[in-house]
Amino acid sequence: MPRISVTVDGIRYDEEVEPRLLLVHLLRDRLGKTGTPIGCDTSNCGACTVLLDGRSVKSCSVLAVQADGGDVVTIEGLATGGTWHPMQKAFHEEHALQCGYCTPGMIMAAIDLLHDDPDPSEEAVREGLEGNLCRCTGYCTIVRAVRRGAREMSQEMPREGMATP
Amino acid sequence: MTEQLDAGVVARQIKEGDLLGGPGGGREVGRARRRKEDARLVTGRTQWTDNIQLPGMLYVAFLRSPMAHARITRVDTSAARTQPGVVAVYSGQDFAAEQGSLPCAWPVSEDIVIPDHPPMAVTEVRYVGEAVACVVATDRYKAADALDAIEIDYEPLDAVTDMTAALDEGSPKVHEAGNKAFTWKFAQGDIDAAFRDAAVVIDRTYVQQRLIPSAMEPRAVVAQTDGDSFTLHSATQIPHVLRVMLALTTGIPEHKLRVIAPDVGGGFGSKLQVTAEEVLCLLITRRLGKPVKWTESRSEGNLTVHHGRDQLQRISVAADADGRIRGVKVDLLADMGAYLMLVTPGVPLLGAFMYSGIYKMDAYDFTCTGVFTTKMPTDAYRGAGRPEATFAIERAVDELAAELGMDPIELRRRNWIRHSEFPYTTICGLTYDSGNYEAATDRALALFGYDKLRAEQADRRERDDPVQLGIGVSTYTEMCGLAPSRVLGSLAYGAGGWEHAGVRVLPTGKVEVVTGTSPHGQGHETAWSQIVADALGVPFEDVAVIHGDTSSSHKGMDTYGSRSLVVGGVAVVQACEKVKENAKQVAAHLLEASPDDIEFSRGEFRVRGTGASRTIQEIALATFAAHNLPDGFEPRLDADATFDPDNFSFPHGTHLCAVEVDTETGATKIRSYVAVDDVGSVVNPLIVEGQVHGGIAQGIAQALFEEAVHDADGNLLTTTMADYLLPSAADLPDYTTDRTETPATTNPLGVKGVGEAGTIASTPAVVNAIVDALRPRGVQDVAMPCTPERVWRVLDQAGTAPRAGAQTTEGGPA
Repeated sequence: MPRISVTVDGIRYDEEVEPRLLLVHLLRDRLGKTGTPIGCDTSNCGACTVLLDGRSVKSCSVLAVQADGGDVVTIEGLATGGTWHPMQKAFHEEHALQCGYCTPGMIMAAIDLLHDDPDPSEEAVREGLEGNLCRCTGYCTIVRAVRRGAREMSQEMPREGMATP
Repeated sequence: MTEQLDAGVVARQIKEGDLLGGPGGGREVGRARRRKEDARLVTGRTQWTDNIQLPGMLYVAFLRSPMAHARITRVDTSAARTQPGVVAVYSGQDFAAEQGSLPCAWPVSEDIVIPDHPPMAVTEVRYVGEAVACVVATDRYKAADALDAIEIDYEPLDAVTDMTAALDEGSPKVHEAGNKAFTWKFAQGDIDAAFRDAAVVIDRTYVQQRLIPSAMEPRAVVAQTDGDSFTLHSATQIPHVLRVMLALTTGIPEHKLRVIAPDVGGGFGSKLQVTAEEVLCLLITRRLGKPVKWTESRSEGNLTVHHGRDQLQRISVAADADGRIRGVKVDLLADMGAYLMLVTPGVPLLGAFMYSGIYKMDAYDFTCTGVFTTKMPTDAYRGAGRPEATFAIERAVDELAAELGMDPIELRRRNWIRHSEFPYTTICGLTYDSGNYEAATDRALALFGYDKLRAEQADRRERDDPVQLGIGVSTYTEMCGLAPSRVLGSLAYGAGGWEHAGVRVLPTGKVEVVTGTSPHGQGHETAWSQIVADALGVPFEDVAVIHGDTSSSHKGMDTYGSRSLVVGGVAVVQACEKVKENAKQVAAHLLEASPDDIEFSRGEFRVRGTGASRTIQEIALATFAAHNLPDGFEPRLDADATFDPDNFSFPHGTHLCAVEVDTETGATKIRSYVAVDDVGSVVNPLIVEGQVHGGIAQGIAQALFEEAVHDADGNLLTTTMADYLLPSAADLPDYTTDRTETPATTNPLGVKGVGEAGTIASTPAVVNAIVDALRPRGVQDVAMPCTPERVWRVLDQAGTAPRAGAQTTEGGPA
């Protein structure tokens, strides 16, 4: 069996995996990273979205072996030192979740969306999150949350910049 | 409408600290509290059923029928048994002696046929996806692999896919007893007189297409046993109902079966079920003595999670020339699918009492025939019967307005129950306790800019603009807060409609609330905390809500039918009242006063007219110590309450939708959507707004996007999310929402329920808007979902579609 080395939420894992093992099953069943759920089997719903080397991927559509040498961030790795990521806070503040099943993927996809467009319009958020489905909210509060998260992230960045030598 | 206006409305609704009052002029009820549930949900620490891993756990995978109707002639599992990691392989024959029949709790009529419904098919399959065998293996991949090695031979039988044809004399039969499941009738008033000499009669047939509920969390089951008792984790809305039903089905004594609904990722009625997989996982763990887990894939779920809607509605409305409605006749065919599941036959009857909507009339006549087909059974889906009824009456009222050349709002005004007429007993026999249709409609019209949009519509019609504007009206009400037990009994439902709550005051004054409701996204932990915080005067943060486990929340009727707050929330209030009464006895004793002289306000018990007081926390500690309590006083403040409502609750509202329909491409764009709902008093406006938004989205989805499609052989074609179009953020508009508040008079909170309102209201609003846009082009109806292709074809048939030509290269159906 192929041996892979993958970093997930800051911890390095060396694992022997079947070539067909999906990244999401590695995360959930082997590494106990159950914060990333599975909502479909056709890569339509986006519930399993994580960051792989900084960009969002649907972890049901990535083989574990493809993540070899990669750096994965899941919803469980977003908060730092007990402080929620601004996007997590924004989802809470705007009531952008009900059952919460789509939320991990929605938050990870939103963070990646801001990578390309740090201040997205409502329309840009709606288009940008097209690959993530929510059955509860009707999306309005998710759109508000992403834009709020974007504002708060842009305010935090200068501070981070100053702190970095 | 402007973005400014949207923001203003929203801001007014969810402003932090917004005080809308509540019991005792409370500080918490009415406030837009952010949810307690969110902490685990936004950080990935949620407990979904599929997260559970137990030592030695085995994985179950089901082999499912590839045919809609067939006799099973041969099963050979021997090759599968030798596959690596395979622990056991079972077919229906292996379970035949012990699996029983999946329950139907709602035998609606004397003539009902309830066919045997084995959890795993033994001799015959009746829908594609029915379980025919299963593999139990050491991991989920190995279980799936071994399914390929099971050999099953089928002798094909005729599929029965069309409800109307199914009732023909010569139709192939789904079950030996025939294809008619039941006939149910209801009539009030002299319907013949209402239709005789009526100036106008509108006669329409509407198709409620079959829908796939599509909760984001697929179903999952974990079953385990210690050899004596059983624990079942399931992604279910109904842990309490499920325990009773599983005990009756499997013969496991009720007290030896614990059912847990951990965090559950949405339901919308689809997890209001006793499923084959739950029964079979229990039987497998009983056989093997090992914990087992089954998690469905989405494509498995599209096939085998019960479907919703699927009715053929013939509705006739008789009216006078001035628009006064005289009577309504409804003849319904409801597709049951292949079997009757938990409440399958009752779903269309939940709509039976709603076809009069908000209108006064002299007579009503309703007939429903339940029909078997070789498809997945239907059952509750958000609104369950009421969206169908509301769609038909609201569509028909718009048609009547068009027939009379009258504005649809004006026609409604002439017929609706006026504010001054409440309480009002409708022709369907329901007593609507309160409402204000005038206020909600006036507010909606103002937010919508109705007159301006009508002017634009006239202008576009005048110019023969290829993009036409349509305005859709939906003035809905619904019956929710399910339900008064006596009424359920009179409708032959198998259980009651009460709800239970327990309130426990801990020694430090913290409070645990045990609720029989089973939230799966509705925010009960937050809302119940708000209610208790006000009722007992304790901090919001000091309340914990316990739910979803039959061993800790032993009694309940669970969550569906917009019942949790209206029934379960009231039980919480009543339990708090008893706690306060207990605490008052202790306070009086400690303060050396008569209990009659003790006043309670905001957590303090005070001797009237003096400064002497004790806080509820002090009383909790004193009760725990029990050193100095009144003689004969049982040392506890805790109390339980079980509330059985006397009546349903009746939220209502006015939804207005403006659409732009491109007559060249058939594409519909929702230009604006205004919803003014009256759900009575509001505990948490943030949660209410969320429920309304999500409900509207699901209703729009029925109108524009979703349909479970079968081919002539009964194969489901929309098995994946790539084929069954759940709308994404890019497919839906923003909504302008507002509320009017007419408190319910039938419960102490004044609440009416909000879980289904948006879904019930929005579907007819959207379709009315599309038809309104196209009516001058000879269009009277567009079947749902109103896809661009459907709209284009309707225009094409009407002969009014612009022909693709010089001006456009697009426009034809794909």
